[in-house]
Amino acid sequence: MAVLRPDSAEAVLEVVAWAAGEEKPLEVYGHRSKRGIGRPLQAEYELDLSRLRGVTLYEPEELVLTAKAGTPISEIESLLVAHNQMLAFEPMDFGPLNGAARGRGTIGGMLGANSSGPRRIKAGAARDHILGVHAVSGRGESFKSGGRVVKNVTGYDLSKALAGSWGTLAVVTEMTVKVLPRPKSETTLVVADLADPQAVSVLCQAMGTPWEVSGAAHLPEDVVGEVPDAAFASGSKAATLIRLEGIAQSVDYRAEKLTAQIGRVGQVTVLERDASVAVWRAVRDGEPFGATGDPVWRVSVVPNTGPAVIAAMNERRAFRHYYDWSGGLLWIDVEDGGADGLARELRVAIAAAGGGHATLMRGSPALRAAVAPFEPQPEALAALSQRLKAQFDPNNILNPGRLLAGA
Amino acid sequence: MTLAMPKPKDDVLAKRDTIVAELRAMVPGEGVLSAEDALKPFETDGLTAYRQIPLVVVLPETVEQVSRVLRYCHANGIRVVPRGSGTSLSGGALPLADAVLLVMSKFNKVLDIDFENRAAVVQPGVTNLGVSNAVVHRGFYYAPDPSSQIACSIGGNVAENAGGVHCLKYGLTANNVLGVEMVLVTGEVIRLGGKHLDSEAYDLLGLMTGSEGLLGVVTEVTVRILRTPETARAILVGFPSSEDAGQCVADIIAAGIIPGGMEMMDKPAINAAEDFVQVGYPRDAEALLIVEIDGPRREVELLLEQVEEMARANKAETIRVSKDDAERQAFWAGRKAAFPAVGRITPDYYCMDGTIPRKEMPKVLARIRELSDTYGLRVANVFHAGDGNLHPLILYDANEPHQLEKAEAFGADILRLCVEVGGVLTGEHGVGVEKRDLMPTMFSKDDLAQQERVKCAFDPDHLLNPGKMFPELHRCAELGRMHVHKGQLPFPDLPRF
Repeated sequence: MAVLRPDSAEAVLEVVAWAAGEEKPLEVYGHRSKRGIGRPLQAEYELDLSRLRGVTLYEPEELVLTAKAGTPISEIESLLVAHNQMLAFEPMDFGPLNGAARGRGTIGGMLGANSSGPRRIKAGAARDHILGVHAVSGRGESFKSGGRVVKNVTGYDLSKALAGSWGTLAVVTEMTVKVLPRPKSETTLVVADLADPQAVSVLCQAMGTPWEVSGAAHLPEDVVGEVPDAAFASGSKAATLIRLEGIAQSVDYRAEKLTAQIGRVGQVTVLERDASVAVWRAVRDGEPFGATGDPVWRVSVVPNTGPAVIAAMNERRAFRHYYDWSGGLLWIDVEDGGADGLARELRVAIAAAGGGHATLMRGSPALRAAVAPFEPQPEALAALSQRLKAQFDPNNILNPGRLLAGA
Repeated sequence: MTLAMPKPKDDVLAKRDTIVAELRAMVPGEGVLSAEDALKPFETDGLTAYRQIPLVVVLPETVEQVSRVLRYCHANGIRVVPRGSGTSLSGGALPLADAVLLVMSKFNKVLDIDFENRAAVVQPGVTNLGVSNAVVHRGFYYAPDPSSQIACSIGGNVAENAGGVHCLKYGLTANNVLGVEMVLVTGEVIRLGGKHLDSEAYDLLGLMTGSEGLLGVVTEVTVRILRTPETARAILVGFPSSEDAGQCVADIIAAGIIPGGMEMMDKPAINAAEDFVQVGYPRDAEALLIVEIDGPRREVELLLEQVEEMARANKAETIRVSKDDAERQAFWAGRKAAFPAVGRITPDYYCMDGTIPRKEMPKVLARIRELSDTYGLRVANVFHAGDGNLHPLILYDANEPHQLEKAEAFGADILRLCVEVGGVLTGEHGVGVEKRDLMPTMFSKDDLAQQERVKCAFDPDHLLNPGKMFPELHRCAELGRMHVHKGQLPFPDLPRF
């Protein structure tokens, strides 16, 4: 095992070109904060990009920022906060789920995982904010795609193909993202003691108002205790959470309008800024399941089908869950799911409810080798994905097998 | 007009009658057009300088028909050019002499409106405005709004990653499409995404959006629909110079305000629009800015006041704030009619579409003025000011000898200038045939080769819309060859543990 730590794009190119020529698989990472996701890798060489760091361009008034792939997300977020801006897609921090400290993770990894958080439903994911990349393909050739302007349709959008590719197509060396103004104020409305279907119905209703909801989550009673600010507001009953962000006068105005609309279903409590920030950070990071060590799934489904997916599995196995994305994102902690960590039942339930995908966010190497940690694809689509992989990485040297079985 | 398109395949041309007969068996009734007078209306799209009668036009009505036609063409090496409403401004739907023109206009149904999940499922031939019209009764709309929205199709919007004036706040088509059903060149039908968020494995949906009909044929689209903002108001400001207008735009963004729309016009465009629609644009202003703020009423009021202050601080000469929706729409009427308005003052115009970092705008405008003198052709400028997307309209007369060539050369110079200052060739109109040969000004050989390899994963025989986007067609076998450097691990001094 050898770890290679290049500190320039040129050095990355040399390393990958060499590995491509010698057909030596590389495990590619930044901070290894997401190393427990995907099929386990066995690569002779590791390509550590954490020395390839630094913001190379930041023009707040143009809403763009360019940084090398190994730049810590925390460094970028601090810089943005100083200019009242943000990464609007709210990238997740994988620390709590790994039982590790917050603040690790690089922007390269953020793109590779197509990271996003609760604001996904309003602002999109990393894929929606990536403007351009410089990268080295598994062929050992450097290429760029996109640019540094916010509106661009010149050529295929390879940046998007790299978003969510888990480092299996190319090694990104530098990327440009769109940044946006940071809301000056935020508040969260909490409705207590709703059953799942009722809660998701309220969340979908809120999303369909003009009040610009930027977070819509539901913590059932057996989860809410893990999020103290939410439990305090709901009297330790299930908590349905609706976030509003923007200038203070607008947030107050919308909170009033929205309360009038949803107040009929239950008592509405208001979380002020600090509590609101803490609650949404917990929701974003899978924090309620941080300490259990159980397998954890993150499941994207059609929002109003979330409760049906849960109901289809209820009482057969022991698990806990909560909802984000207006019901469209399920976090499931499997206490006792049998040998496959609930994989089969979960995927049957997703298909029956109208489609979606389940990703194993935490699981032992044995579990990750035994079940598909990413959603298996239908045959024609799987074949197309394999062909795309082969066009970027014909010798299968970049994170081989992590995302697609056998590639 | 000289534009090198792929050489027609003689064997395909020779068996045209057989091909037409076999296609008729797959798409019965009126679905196959082969008579010359029936083909004529399809010879061009929104880029009318280029024309070509297609081999045959096919108008399928079902996914099964699309699949059979593509499977047949794939098996027989016949090229296919997909087409929606034919409004492309870059020649994306320009036919080929030896290609089937696959027209998706009969796919015109709204299949499912799902307000609870804020999604609509539509067939690709539904117009962009048709989507909003289908959901307006419940106060919803579809955000991307290209100027051609009454005519352009959602399928074409996906192919071109269409934009519009709302992009800065609400994103392009790529940010508003949740899923597609599409047919590969082999006839296989696949689904990407759906009403749920994000894709499994590679973001093929992201690749398809903006792929200009080179990767597959979309047969169904799921889009995000949004609740219409409580209110929208606009402010119309005349400035003594484009620098002042540009500074005002920068100040607005720097204050953390993202307007629903922010459009700028220069003096020739202002006057052409005012001649056409008479909405009271300030004729003596060098630059006109229209800023629309949408959202909750309380917020819109506050932000409009701020924008008005910024306009005054940047030497605004005239300021009008819309009092009601009729006035707001009057502000927009001139901007929305800018292209036809310019069309009234010139026999022909050529519309460019580069994007630049906004701060470069004064420099780029000055340079465009110089080029205008050099070429002896007038220019009117219209911009999406918030995102730096320029639409210089070059005025010319195709009946005058060499004017079209001059206009094209002028346009190419503008696009090279955009790339030179850190921008791109096209912000929303697509590469098509129009900017195809300029791609090397922005991309290296390796950059383009990697894009072409994506094409190889979808369509290795180059049957779908060849001659668009890429300046040269390389064989996939050639692109796949590895240039291997065997040897020692480089950088022997790299730290390794």
